[in-house]
Amino acid sequence: MTRRPLTFVESPVATLRVPDIDTDQIIPAAYLKGTSREGLGVGLFAQWRFDPAGRPQPDFALNRPEAEAAEILLAGPNFGCGSSREHAVWALADFGFRVVISSRFADIFQSNAQKNGLLPLELPETEVAALAAELEPEPAALVTVDIQACRLRTPAGRELAFNLDPFVRRCLLEGRDPLDFLLAQEEAIQAFEVAHPARFDSRELGEEARP
Amino acid sequence: MLAAEPRTLFAKIWDAHLVARGQDGLPDTLYIDLHLLHEVTSPQAFAELARRGLAVRRPERCLATMDHATPTEPGLDLVRLAARDSQAAAQLETLAANCRRHGIPLFGLGSERQGIVHVIGPELGATQPGMTVVCGDSHTSTHGAFGALAFGIGTSEVAHVLASQCLLLSRPRTLRFWLEGRLAAGVTAKDFILAAIARFGVDVGTGSVLEFAGPGAAALDLEERMTVCNMAIEAGARAGLFAPDERTFAYLEGRSLAPKGEAWERALEAWKALPSDPDARFDREERLALGEIEPMVSYGTHPGMAVPISGRVPEPGSLPEARRKALERALAYMALEPGEPLAGRRVDVVFLGSCTNSRLSDLRLAARLLAGRKVSPRLRMLVVPGSRQVKRQAEAEGLARTFLEAGAEWREPGCSMCLAMNGDRLEPGQYALSTSNRNFEGRQGPGGRTFLASPATAAATAVAGHIADPRELL
Repeated sequence: MTRRPLTFVESPVATLRVPDIDTDQIIPAAYLKGTSREGLGVGLFAQWRFDPAGRPQPDFALNRPEAEAAEILLAGPNFGCGSSREHAVWALADFGFRVVISSRFADIFQSNAQKNGLLPLELPETEVAALAAELEPEPAALVTVDIQACRLRTPAGRELAFNLDPFVRRCLLEGRDPLDFLLAQEEAIQAFEVAHPARFDSRELGEEARP
Repeated sequence: MLAAEPRTLFAKIWDAHLVARGQDGLPDTLYIDLHLLHEVTSPQAFAELARRGLAVRRPERCLATMDHATPTEPGLDLVRLAARDSQAAAQLETLAANCRRHGIPLFGLGSERQGIVHVIGPELGATQPGMTVVCGDSHTSTHGAFGALAFGIGTSEVAHVLASQCLLLSRPRTLRFWLEGRLAAGVTAKDFILAAIARFGVDVGTGSVLEFAGPGAAALDLEERMTVCNMAIEAGARAGLFAPDERTFAYLEGRSLAPKGEAWERALEAWKALPSDPDARFDREERLALGEIEPMVSYGTHPGMAVPISGRVPEPGSLPEARRKALERALAYMALEPGEPLAGRRVDVVFLGSCTNSRLSDLRLAARLLAGRKVSPRLRMLVVPGSRQVKRQAEAEGLARTFLEAGAEWREPGCSMCLAMNGDRLEPGQYALSTSNRNFEGRQGPGGRTFLASPATAAATAVAGHIADPRELL
C-alpha cells in the first residue's frame, strides 16, 4: 500500500497500561469476517469500549475526553500478543492512532504495525511509568514523537531517545511497503529458485484440490 | 581444513533459505517453501496484488483451506451458510475466487481433505523437515514439530509471499528447552507446554525461536510435538522446533506430497543433517523435567495463568503491583476467588478441538476415557475433529460412536469454538473447559470464560460435570 509517510506526531496520549493486551481484545473475532482493510475502528477494543448493550463504558481509556484527539497510545508490556490478525493494526490506525508506546511488543503485531505506518515505539518500563506519571495530572498534555530523529519529548520537556530499526524507519518515513524492496530483488530470487528446486508441487493434489 | 562452526537446527534452515543476507540497509531476504492460506487473513492480500497488477509467483507452493469461519453442523454448504451468515459465506467465496484466479489448490467446504490449516499441512505431507512454512495465522508454529521453520505472519506479509515467495526478516534469537524424563500416565504434551508457559511466562519467547530438545523431546510422538509447537506462540515465540528423527520420517513416508522413491532417499539424507550440532550455541537455555509435570488447568485470561489441577487460584496479595493488578483483573473476569481450588469447579461446555488438540491421538485419548461413561447432563460437550480425514478415521475406528454414545456432539471439522467466529460460541458468563490454546477475555464468545486443559482432562471433566483430574479415570 502507498500510505502517508510517518515523520512527526504531536498529540495527547490515551493511556491503557494493562499488561499482555492480546489482539482478540484489540479487535474481537466478530470483526474479522470482512474482506477490506477499511473501517475497522468501530471494532477497536469493542469488548472494553462498550457494554453488552452497546453503550460506551465511560471509564475506559479510549472513551475519555483526552483520548478523542489522541494519536499516541501508551500501553502495558507485551502489547499485541496472540493472534496474527493485522486487523488489530488496521483498527488502531483507523481509530486515529499513529504511535503505540510499550516496553515490549509481541513479534507479529510489531511487524504488522511497521507495515501500516503505525510506529511501535519501545521504551524501558521505567520510562513508560515515568511518562504515565507525567500525564496523570494533565491528561491532555502533548507528547511529540520525531521519527526522523528517533526522539520522544514528554510534556515536561524531557527528551528520550528510542531505538528503531533503520529499515523500518526508512519505510515509515517514506511511506513505503517492504514489498517494493522484495520485488526489486527479482534476479536474486530467480537465482535462488534455480539452485533450490521445490520438493513438491501442490497442484499435483489433483481434482480434490480444485478451487 | 577448519571444522565448520557448529550450528543450531534453526541456523541451518535460516542460512539455507537466504536469498540475500541483509545488505544496503535491508534485513535478510528469506525464501518461503510452503505458504498456507485460509479465508480470514488472505482477502486483503489478494486485493493488494490486484491493486498492483501482480501475479502469484509460485501457486505450486501454496495450499489453501477453509477453516476459521466454516460451520461445524453437518450438511451446511455455502448456499445454506449464506442464508445464515452472509458475511462468512462471502469471505469463503472470496477465497475460492482468489484461488481459481491464481491457480492455487484449495480444499473447500465438503472436500475430503478440508480441515484446520495446521492439521492438513502435516496430514498431506506438505510440511517437511528443513522447510520454511508461513501462514497468516499465529499457530503456524505447529509445523515446527517436523523440524520446519514455521511462523505466523500478518496480511501484508501474506501479500509479500504471494508476490515474491520471500520475506524481509531480521534474524531471531534462539532459546533451547532441554527436556528430561517422560510424562507420567494421564499427563499430556498439552500439560507440558502449559506448565512451561506458566513457569517462564507468556513473553519468554518474544523475538526468539524455541527448540525443544533432549531425551524428553525425542520421546514425544509427532502429534505431541505439534501440540507443543502449536503453543510456542503462547510463550511469545516466533516459532517452535523439534529436530527431525526416525519418528518424523515414519510419519511422513507415503503421504501425498512427501517425496517418493529416489527423491525420498535424497530427502532423508538432507533431513538427517538438520539437527543442531552437539556444540551449537543458543542465546538462552532452560531445562525442564517432564516427570514432575501434573495435568494443568488455566484459571486466568492468558495461557500463562495456569496451575496443576490439584492447585488453587493464586492469591494476588503477595505479588508486585503490576502483576497483582493483572491477576485481580483476570480473576474478576473469570469470577474466581483467590485460594479457590480448581478441581470441582462447574463448567457449562467442554470443547474438544482446535489446531492444538483435534488430531487422531487427541480423540483416541478422550474416547478411551469416555468409553462406557456418560457426559454429565449438566453440560454440553462438543467434539470437533481437526480435518475431514481425522473425522473419517475416527469414525472407522469407532471413536465417533463412543463420543455419541457418551452424549457428546460429533461435529464437522474446523476451528469452531477456539475463536468462536463460526457461530460455535459460549453465552455470556458461561464457563468452558477447552482443549484450545487461548483463554483471552471473550475469545470463545463475548463474556465467555475459558479453562484451558488437555483432551484427557476434557474427557474427565465432561463425565464429572466439573473440572476433574483425568488420572482418576485411568
